[in-house]
Amino acid sequence: MPSLSIRNVVKSYGSHEILKNINIDIGDGEFLVLVGPSGCGKSTLLSMIAGLDTITGGEIAIDNHVVNDLHPKDRDIAMVFQSYALYPNMTVAENIGFGLEMRGVPKAEREAAIMRVAKQLQIEQMLKRKPSQLSGGQRQRVAMGRALVRDPKIFLFDEPLSNLDAKLRVEMRTEIKKLHQRLGTTIVYVTHDQIEAMTLATRIAIMKLGVLQQLGTPKEVYETPANTFVATFIGSPSMNLIPARLEGVDGRPMVRVANENENAGRPILLPLFRPSRDQEKLVGRDVLLGLRPEAIGDFTGSDPMPPHLERVSTPVEVTEPTGPDTLAVLMWGGKEVTARLRPDTDATPGRPANFLVDMSKAVIFDRETERRVA
Amino acid sequence: MASVAIDTAHPPRRGIPIARLVLFALLGLFALVYLLPFFIMVITSLKSLDEIRTGNLLSLPRDPTLQPWIEAWGKACIGVTCEGINGYFWNSVRMAVPAVTLSTLIGALNGYVVTKWRFPGADLIFALILFGCFIPFQIVLIPMARVLGLIGLASSTSGLILVHVIYGLCFTTLYFRNFYMAFPDELVKAAMIDGAGFFKIFFRILLPNSLPIIVVTVIWQFTNIWNDFLFGASFTGGGSQPITVALNNLVNSSTGVKEYNVHMAAAIIAALPTLAVYVLAGRYFVRGLMAGAVKG
Repeated sequence: MPSLSIRNVVKSYGSHEILKNINIDIGDGEFLVLVGPSGCGKSTLLSMIAGLDTITGGEIAIDNHVVNDLHPKDRDIAMVFQSYALYPNMTVAENIGFGLEMRGVPKAEREAAIMRVAKQLQIEQMLKRKPSQLSGGQRQRVAMGRALVRDPKIFLFDEPLSNLDAKLRVEMRTEIKKLHQRLGTTIVYVTHDQIEAMTLATRIAIMKLGVLQQLGTPKEVYETPANTFVATFIGSPSMNLIPARLEGVDGRPMVRVANENENAGRPILLPLFRPSRDQEKLVGRDVLLGLRPEAIGDFTGSDPMPPHLERVSTPVEVTEPTGPDTLAVLMWGGKEVTARLRPDTDATPGRPANFLVDMSKAVIFDRETERRVA
Repeated sequence: MASVAIDTAHPPRRGIPIARLVLFALLGLFALVYLLPFFIMVITSLKSLDEIRTGNLLSLPRDPTLQPWIEAWGKACIGVTCEGINGYFWNSVRMAVPAVTLSTLIGALNGYVVTKWRFPGADLIFALILFGCFIPFQIVLIPMARVLGLIGLASSTSGLILVHVIYGLCFTTLYFRNFYMAFPDELVKAAMIDGAGFFKIFFRILLPNSLPIIVVTVIWQFTNIWNDFLFGASFTGGGSQPITVALNNLVNSSTGVKEYNVHMAAAIIAALPTLAVYVLAGRYFVRGLMAGAVKG
């Protein structure tokens, strides 16, 4: 039974459509992350699920029950806001208990619930304090406590970590993930940070300018992005999109990439690994070859080479050691291409080096539509 | 605040710069100019009539007496009754307290609605309310008298309260609207999801966090309503007049000698409540005026 269904949802202000025909279905206990650059409509969509914004068209259903015309308080949801939105005049305990109080839960029961949540989040010793006396991380916990105490069907998170410093953000991210694993409730989480999306989600919805670009598991959106926008938005450093041409060589479709450095005239030829029908139809056309940086690695002379690996020799422009690995910038098809190498790599700037390209990880995009050709 | 910054920048040991000296001298002079009339009122109210007639205006009382105060409070003649101004003082209290409370509360509610429950035309409504701030007292006198007559509140304290509430609403709405503009919407949304309704959000979330602006509004409204003369003189009669009108009648009584000492005592009594409000709430006043300007 789907826990949350968003069907053909449209939001417009006057003639300006800010959400166009969104369709998302998630099951019970899923962690859905809405991600995209600012202005993509992700926060508006969350507000509509919460009932804080009206729905222009389509419907939103929670547990197969259409909630379009339901007041936020009757939707069985709880929300954690970006600014935490703690009531400054109330203590931590009163903040957490406010929702229960409004629902007429008796005082004794309320206090037991507050204690239970405070223990869970390790904020018992702060219950008597006011929000102004708490640090950013503590406020974040209280905001989560306020949502947890109600035990709702769906938790909504609106960029909850964006006000925290980098270190605390990583800690709280782990904590939210643990929380989800422990409670198993359905969560809808909005962020503009693709790393948060990848680490937390069971499913990611990538949006741009009010259009849903792709809905899939982190693995799906990372390995088989629906279009070039998703390909570059997810992953850091982002996926290399290399202008190339598909050619038939000895009956095998090959990707031909111009190698414009010193040894110009010797293009890189990479055979497609297990080409599909649609890919074969592209022979003779310009395409974009999508390669993640880690799909281009150091050459290790194994013999014979597995069929999906190809050896490429090309000069190195720049190397950027990051610690766990070294990034090398190459020049393929007139574009900078990033390769992720071992930290002890032999590659030196200005000199050619051998690389190993994993073609089983390669993605082909249509040059015109910028969509992936599967 | 600026002086604190200067003090930490230059240790106080270095002596007072000439510019500061001039500044303090000027400030002192202005303070003197403002305090002198009050000083004369106080010393005159403590003198006997003989001493006033023979002595210097600025000299301290030779033989201080509280008799003028007692007379002003309980015996002075206003019109034909000679019971002092105490009855009128309580009239003013009975009028000002409800008028201030009601206009502040309704202004807060208006500000809440035009900022947090936006509806089509909310800006227009607010602009119209704002327009009320520019309407002079004199223009509303006759229509107001007619309305009070029609609803049967002419010449009553309740009528005067109504007039002050309506007239004050424009200002109180403006104050609260500007304050609530900077009040985070997310708090209201959080409360909505928590299940609080329109009034619960107002009384539990907005109002408890509005102390600075409440203080500003109360000071403003109390000063205006307590000191008002025109509405009081126009819409009340006889026993229900406020103290400002009574003071005027006391001073303008044309029979007998002018008892300046009694008049001064009565004037100070009439001014005391506004003074008290300023002293008690004054430090919030400046803070409150700035509260809307800088968020957080």
